[in-house]
This record gives sequence, C-alpha cells and structure tokens, in this order.
Amino acid sequence: MRAPDSESKTRVGDVLLAVEDVSLAFGGVKAISGVSFDIRQGEIRAIIGPNGAGKTSMLNVINGFYHPQQGRITFKGATRAKMRPYEAAAGGIARTFQNVALFRGMSALDNIMAGRTLKMNRSLIWQLLRFGPAMREEVEHRRFVEEIIDFLKIQEIRRTPVGRLPYGLQKRVELGRALAMEPELLLLDEPMAGMNLEEKEDMSRFILDVNDYYGTTIALIEHDMGVVMDLSDRVVVLDHGIKIADGTPAEVMKDQAVIDAYLGVSH
Amino acid sequence: MFYREAGQFKTSYTADMSVFPILQDRVGLAIILIVAVAIIPFFGSGFLLQAVMTPFLVFALATIGLNLLTGYTGLLSLGTGAFMGVGAYACYKLTTYFPDVNLIVWIIVSGFFSAAVGVLFGLPSLRIKGFYLAVATLAAQFFLSWCFIRQPWFYNYNVSGAIEVPTRTLFGIPITGATSSDATRYFIVLGFVIAMTWLASNLVHGRIGRMWMAVRDMDLAAELIGIRLLRTKLLAFAISSFYCGVAGALMVFMWYGSAEPSVFDVNLSFYILFMVIIGGLGSLTGSFFGAALIYILPILLRYVPAEFGMPIQSSTVEHIQYMVIGALIVFFLIVEPAGLARLWQVGKQKLRVWPFPY
Repeated sequence: MRAPDSESKTRVGDVLLAVEDVSLAFGGVKAISGVSFDIRQGEIRAIIGPNGAGKTSMLNVINGFYHPQQGRITFKGATRAKMRPYEAAAGGIARTFQNVALFRGMSALDNIMAGRTLKMNRSLIWQLLRFGPAMREEVEHRRFVEEIIDFLKIQEIRRTPVGRLPYGLQKRVELGRALAMEPELLLLDEPMAGMNLEEKEDMSRFILDVNDYYGTTIALIEHDMGVVMDLSDRVVVLDHGIKIADGTPAEVMKDQAVIDAYLGVSH
Repeated sequence: MFYREAGQFKTSYTADMSVFPILQDRVGLAIILIVAVAIIPFFGSGFLLQAVMTPFLVFALATIGLNLLTGYTGLLSLGTGAFMGVGAYACYKLTTYFPDVNLIVWIIVSGFFSAAVGVLFGLPSLRIKGFYLAVATLAAQFFLSWCFIRQPWFYNYNVSGAIEVPTRTLFGIPITGATSSDATRYFIVLGFVIAMTWLASNLVHGRIGRMWMAVRDMDLAAELIGIRLLRTKLLAFAISSFYCGVAGALMVFMWYGSAEPSVFDVNLSFYILFMVIIGGLGSLTGSFFGAALIYILPILLRYVPAEFGMPIQSSTVEHIQYMVIGALIVFFLIVEPAGLARLWQVGKQKLRVWPFPY
C-alpha cells in the first residue's frame, strides 16, 4: 500500500489523456453518455463500476476500436474525434483484454516479440535473408524481450505455446506483450479477473513495478475493490454509461452515489 | 539415443534463434541435402527423377506457398491452381515474346505476375475470412481458368489450346523441351525449392512471420499491437501467390513439357490444399511431408506389388491405391489432426527423452 500523498505528488505529472463529453451508442443502446475525465502522466487510474457500466466500451473508445458519436479525446496534446487501433498503438497506447487475447498458436516468447512489431523496421528483403541488419535487429529486440521475461518471472515458459499455459500465466504473458510496446499509456481490462489471492498479489506487484520502474501511466478496470483502493491514485466511477464519481479512492468510497450504485437504493 | 540436445548450450541469442538449434537436426538436414544434390541425380533412374522427384518438389513448393497463406496467416484459399496457372502462362508468354532472355529469369518474373494477381484477389480478405474467403478465392479460380481456356491470346492461338514448352538453354545446356535431360530439370527445380524454402523459413521466423501468425490467431489483438491487417494479409497473398506462380511455371516447363488449360483447374487447388492440411498447417517441414504422402505414396503403392512379383492387374492396383490412400489420410488425421508435422514433432520429443516416457 502506498502513502496517498507525498510520493504520488512528485510522481504524477501533466494530463496525458483527456476524455471530454464522450458519448457512444449502439443503435438505441447508450453505452456511454457524456463522460469526461482525464488521466495524468505517471498515475494509476482506475475505472470502476457495476456490470454494464460502460467501462470496457470506454477503453475501446480510447484505443480506437469504437468511434464515439460525440466528444473529443486529447492524447499527448493532440485532439481527435476518432482514431484507428493502429494509430493508437503507434502513439503509445497498449492494452490487455478482459478475456485473454493472446496469439494462441505462438510461444510466450513469440507473443512478446510480436509486441515489438512496431519498433522493428527492417525491410522485406532483409527479412527474407535473415542475416546482417535483420538478425542484429532481431537480437536487439530479443534482448529487450528477455528483460521483460525476467521482470515478469516467466523464464521457464518462454518456449511454451501460450494456449497450453494456465490462465494466470496467460494474463502475465499478455501484460508482457503490452509492455514490449513500451507504451506511454497502458490500458488493463480486468487484469485480475478469475485469479486467486496469490496471483492477484503477484499481478498487483507487477502493475506497481511497471508504474514505478518504467514510469508507465496505467488505466485499469477492476472489480476487486481492495485492489482498486490499494493500487490506484484516482478512481472514476461509471454507472449505466454516466460518470457518477471521480476522485481519490478514499473520496470515492464515501460517495453516496457510488454506494447506491453498488448496493442499490431502497425506494 | 542419438537424438539428445544435452550439452548443447547456446551462448548468444543468434545461436538460440537459429532455425535448427539442435545439432542432430542440422546433421539430418545436411544428409538430406547431400542425397538430394549429389546422389539422386547421379544414381537415380530417369523415372525417379522425372516422374517422382521433380513433381514432388514442384508440389512441395506450391504447398509451401499455400501454407504461408493458409497455415501461417489463416486465410483459406481455393485459388492455388489458378495462381499456379498465372505463373505458368506468364512464363510461357514472356519466353515466347522475349526468347533471348534466360528462362530462369522469366520463371522468377512470372512469380511476380502471380503475386500481383494474388494481391488483387486477396483484397476481399480484409472483410471476410474462413469459408467465405475460400468462396471469394474460388471466384479467382473460375475466372482465371476461364481465361486460360477461352482466351486464345494466353496460349498464343495454338490450335490445340495447350501451351507447348519451347527449348531453352542455360550456359549452352538445354533445360527445357525434349532435348533436355531429366537430371538438368531436376537440378533446376531442386535449386528453386532449396532457395525458396530457405527464404520462406527466414521469413516465418522473423517479424513478418510473427505478424502473419498474430493475424491468424487473434486479429483484434494484432491490430492493437500496431499490425495493419490489410497490408499484412495482402503481403501474405503476394508472397504465397509468388511461390505458387513459380511452382506453376516449374510444373509446366520442367515437368509436363506442355500443358492443357484444364491442368490448372480447381482440382489442383484442392490437391495442394490437401497436402497443406495433411502435412500440417503452419509448418514448412510439413509441406514436404504432405506433398510426399499425397504424391509419392500412390506411386509406391503402384510399383511395390510389382517389385515383389505379385500378379495383380493394373486396374486392381489402381482401385486398391485409392482405397489405401483414402484410408491413410483418414488414419493420419485421426492420429494427429494437426498433421504430419505435428506427428514428427511428437516423435522427436519422444526420441529426446527416450527411454523415459517424459
């Protein structure tokens, strides 16, 4: 657990990503209506809310899978109405999924190496020959990937096809793949879903370490309130696509609207 | 017992990332290459070279081509026959227009023609996949087949409607036509297959191979790590069609000698697809296994009984051959649905830990 003020004040910088008045609807179903919040450089920002609150939709809007009908997103000072997932990735937004979305037929090593795709630029001709610059590039990125593998403590499974790995390790490999992109903003969609206590503690430690060591800004969706309260600097709460609270974990926990949303209101 | 990797330590990432990290595999590959280059052409009969090895290599090359598309990138195609046809007809047109340019050059260039056609018919792959893409590529197959049969320009207004391979030479030695020797043509096909297999292996072990497999396994996540789907898929179509085109040109120029347009019909597409599936999707080694099982095994079945002096009528042999091949295909797919390449992997794994079960 981190002391809430002193250290985080120096760590957290300017606004990295600002979401302004974003609305998203699928036909008649409003997934998000008029939500605004910001994510600051270096902070861990949690997005919470009951099921169907629009949290995952929000992440999908941020990294370009969904295009909101209304609203603006400012990332690193550039404002836009929509962008493609490719542009988001090139701009430094990485993402993990609620249901693990790894490349199942590839080894853990290849999965994480695939995360380096954007950083590798040797042409097709060199790729065909696989020596000289192409091989040097490959080795250089392999070295970086091995650092991530050490960091996540998955050395012994690097050659295993990820389809055969247990769930907890798959989540870890997926985090590794996202880290391989050297993102500025890392979106984690329920990184601890379906994990036991020990795995949750491990994953929490990795998230804090990523934030500390690489200085990566993190936005995460999580249902485990203990985890959210411990990890995050600020929390935004969504319910039925509307933002109902925004603030430090302590503030949010006391907020009447949040308590009502989670526990229900008697009429 | 001999297949152990104990004691073979890697001290650099380059060594660790080599295609054959285990010494015994490298020795095995060297032996196969020596047999293919130095023994078969000098000691093999004309029948072995012309009717067994050359076609096998041609099919293996086409299978590698389709495997890059279907096995590595996950795009199902039924246009292989047509893409091979594009290679063959492009090569034929080029060498009849410009007879002075060396045929080897035209075989390579015809691959580019095939690649361009492949990219064109690969455009629908952005929106559709699986069986639907297979149907879209079937359109390529039917359209191109129709061109080869109905458009006389393609076969130079030949009365028979077939393309006749003219005699061409390399360093004064005839490499096509009736005067060329079986060994010469075998060498050329072998050269192409070795070089292109090596290039394909380089490709699939690097960035582009990972991009293809990422698109195959989970296209959403692939997009998210910055892979542009259309480009990647079209690159797969281009390179796959290049391989098929070269294989098609080699098929007509080095094996058939002349080709009816019906050679490149949908049956050929299915034939190659079966080789890919039985050999193993996403495996270059498997491409050779698949081609061997489907092409060479029937030949063996036809000639083995005769060698033992069994008095079986040729028609009976033909029937038995179909039955045995069919049964074997079903058998192999039940034993290992992931294809012969997987079976080979499992076998090697068992050898590594022998005599222990694991």
